Amino acid sequence: MHNKTVSELKKDLKDKKISSLELTNHFIDRIKSIDPQLNSFVSLTEEYAIMQAKKIDSEIAKGSFRPLAGIPLAQKDIFCTKGIRTTCGSKMLENFISPYDATVVEKLNDAGMIIIGKTNMDEFAMGSSNETSYFGDVKNPWNTDYVPGGSSGGSAASVSARLIPCSTGTDTGGSIRQPASLTGVCGIKPTYGRVSRYGMIAFASSLDQAGVFTRTAEDCAILLTHISGYDPKDSTSSKKDTPDYEQECKRKFTNMTIGIPIEFLDGLDNKVREVFDENIKVLEKNGCKFKKISLKSSRLGVSAYQVVAPAECSSNLSRFDGVRFGHRAENVKSIDELYKKSRSEGFGQEVKRRILIGTYALSAGYYDAYYLKAQKIRKVISNEFAQAFKEVDLILGPTAPDCAFKIGEKTNDPIAMYLSDVFTVSTNLAGLPAMSLPMGFKDNLPLGLQIIGNHFDETKILSLAHHYQQITDWHTKKPKISGD
Amino acid sequence: MWESVIGLEIHVQLNTKSKIFSPASTDFGSSQNTQACAIDLGMPGVLPVLNEEAVIMAIKFGIAIGADILDDSIFARKNYFYPDLPKGYQISQFEIPIVSGGSMEITIDNKTKVVNITRAHLEEDAGKSIHDLYPNESAIDLNRAGTPLIEIVSEPEMENAAEAVQYLKNIHSLVRYLGISDGNMQEGSFRCDANVSLKKQGVDKLGTRAEIKNINSFKYVENAINHEIERQARILERGDKVIQETRLYDPSKNETRSMRSKVEANDYRYFPDPDLLPVCISQDLIKNIKSNMPELPSTKKIRFISQYGLSEYDTIILVSDRELSEYFENTLKTSDLNPKLVANWIITEVLALAKKTYLSVKDYPVLAEDLRYLLSNISDETISNKQAKEVLERMWNNNEKPRDIIENEGMKQISNIDELNKIVDNIIKNHYKSVEEYQSGKDKLLGFFVGQVMKATQGQANPKVINQILKEKLKK
Repeated sequence: MHNKTVSELKKDLKDKKISSLELTNHFIDRIKSIDPQLNSFVSLTEEYAIMQAKKIDSEIAKGSFRPLAGIPLAQKDIFCTKGIRTTCGSKMLENFISPYDATVVEKLNDAGMIIIGKTNMDEFAMGSSNETSYFGDVKNPWNTDYVPGGSSGGSAASVSARLIPCSTGTDTGGSIRQPASLTGVCGIKPTYGRVSRYGMIAFASSLDQAGVFTRTAEDCAILLTHISGYDPKDSTSSKKDTPDYEQECKRKFTNMTIGIPIEFLDGLDNKVREVFDENIKVLEKNGCKFKKISLKSSRLGVSAYQVVAPAECSSNLSRFDGVRFGHRAENVKSIDELYKKSRSEGFGQEVKRRILIGTYALSAGYYDAYYLKAQKIRKVISNEFAQAFKEVDLILGPTAPDCAFKIGEKTNDPIAMYLSDVFTVSTNLAGLPAMSLPMGFKDNLPLGLQIIGNHFDETKILSLAHHYQQITDWHTKKPKISGD
Repeated sequence: MWESVIGLEIHVQLNTKSKIFSPASTDFGSSQNTQACAIDLGMPGVLPVLNEEAVIMAIKFGIAIGADILDDSIFARKNYFYPDLPKGYQISQFEIPIVSGGSMEITIDNKTKVVNITRAHLEEDAGKSIHDLYPNESAIDLNRAGTPLIEIVSEPEMENAAEAVQYLKNIHSLVRYLGISDGNMQEGSFRCDANVSLKKQGVDKLGTRAEIKNINSFKYVENAINHEIERQARILERGDKVIQETRLYDPSKNETRSMRSKVEANDYRYFPDPDLLPVCISQDLIKNIKSNMPELPSTKKIRFISQYGLSEYDTIILVSDRELSEYFENTLKTSDLNPKLVANWIITEVLALAKKTYLSVKDYPVLAEDLRYLLSNISDETISNKQAKEVLERMWNNNEKPRDIIENEGMKQISNIDELNKIVDNIIKNHYKSVEEYQSGKDKLLGFFVGQVMKATQGQANPKVINQILKEKLKK
């Protein structure tokens, strides 16, 4: 049951081969037995899920069938869920219960999905290894000594270990694609503005975008269709119509011209390069045309990102002051002390580091040199992508420079950690859609293939990904921990 | 010796139905924290959505002061920690405000001066901290958080408190004319910060300024500025330097005191708010607003003078308050009353009553139509001025209708010549000595005879008619 895709489960539920309650109980059991080794969930919502599953089953019995009726789902703990604890991986929100649902949550609930739990993540989505979570590291299902990537590590690991058919994630600099790559699943970050950010706890507002984890491109397409669309509650969401990605990605595959940025391959790990080159051959054989392109400024992406993202986060996280919600320090004598103690106790080291960097970058006298310059680099990167998309349909490269690294390996070297995002950040800076899908292994650890598209070209990305999965089987490989 | 230089920053709450970035209501006076939704509380994950009504109001203001309306103004975050600032930043406009430039004319003692306006921008108000509700704790009321404001920044071009107050009054009058704010200063809908500095006479370079924060009455603005000028003059006189700082005006002691100096000042770390797009304003929208602008005080003043033949002095009073000018025109409406009579009555009698009872125009107990009825009774000489004053007071204080008072009291003025002739004959007969004195040149005695007639008629005689009759009959 747990090896089935969303698409297959949808059919089985519709054909009444299985009930939502059976499915829900099955996944809850799996999480209970396997997740103690992985720590991919922060909260299990067993009672709520069973109640919802019964409700959906009775709807199905009456003949009414919502588009994703009865399919279990895990929500990244960054999405506000009404009545369900939303921690954002932080002590600050350890006991925070949101009074409202995020738009993504509302949409998937309306589509009939069952939230089974909230997944672990780097604190406030700041991290690339899921080691900054207040609720402990998440382990990579392929080897539990290794990180699953981050920040959506719990969402990626749970799908990889077949603890859940699909999950949501958010991606500010690679937080969906990098963990997808490191755990061997599919993860898509849509165009900035494609999915509403309302109710998604903000890290860096101009970069954050919600997306999903699944095991197949087709499943990504199914879920993406349901979370996309204009939201009057989010001024930055797009009014563009949402295509039916599921239908669109399965249409007859038309051959495309695909760009490979030379900068992405320069100095790449040998094994990663080898795997990537093999995949190019496979795609070439199947009719894709490849073209070397140059994205010269992309190497500046991490630097620009490390100014813009902390700057925005330093402001976004100001609301966690202990006054209205979240952690409040005890025995304080003044309002200043309340702020200082609550924030010192409530935030972890990485979050504090970024607040400090961001505060510095926005300070009088430094703003021009850091924030403005970073914004200029951002513009240059966007322009380079725009130029490239005049010549190619999609851009292809490895998602991450390497496979998963060991837990603890990079925790004392933030720069090395930040470089995990070297291939992913520039798409956030340019607001482009991109996806990671499994393309092979290095030392029994998965590697991901990144497909980058032009603004609102999710269909092309999903079409190539779906076509690729028709001729390869990397997406069917599963870690031992998932059992049979 | 010293010249004072004053610039004002005025905060005007816009009277939109909902808040500037959330759908919560902006009504004043509701119980604490009942008008603050998740967005106003700065809950995790919420996002602001700009209220177009506030944008339209800001554009109206910009048009009225002859400013440029910028079609790509940007919202920025002003970052600082304060318990009644839920997000830890205020959404305001920094580099590119919606309204740029413009000016306001002020007239003092018949001298007219133009005060230039630097900019006006949109922003959200903060909540309120309440320190006197609980003994050892402060409370926060977030009803006001997110209420739309425009902040109007003047050039430092005013030379004394009188000019500053006049400028403030004109802006106050303007926002009420435009219908974009109730301008209620007690409720904090209209408040101002004053930047005051002194420089040596004839020198161009401005001196170091102090900013007096959050003054909420015309009188306090005047007092605070005057006090601050004196304070700075004292400092400079003894050869010391004025410190750049923020000061607070304490009306109970009539003094300003230091809040924080520039060194302690916040670095607000302004940057464009990534949650909001630039405010795109089409030329069509501006055109549309322009064609629907209400008549502004300056235009109305010119019209009142030419249409009604009123004096400039009277006109300035009537036009200073949109509702008062409307009260005047409503009183006059479709009647053939003399506009000067109406203006006189409103300025001397009605405003005096209003001042005594602390009522603003919308709360006047005497409706314009009732005042019209009363004044037409003076015009057609049914009642005397003196009677009319009594009637007006009763209308004001007891909510009575003028028709009822006049009829019930039989307050008709006696203008019938035959009737009055008889009364006058009678009085002349009984006061023959006085008649002789009058005839021998003691003109002043005419008043005595008028008084006698009034006494005999219980004040109902028409004074004009009595005068005529008396003069005729007392001739030698």
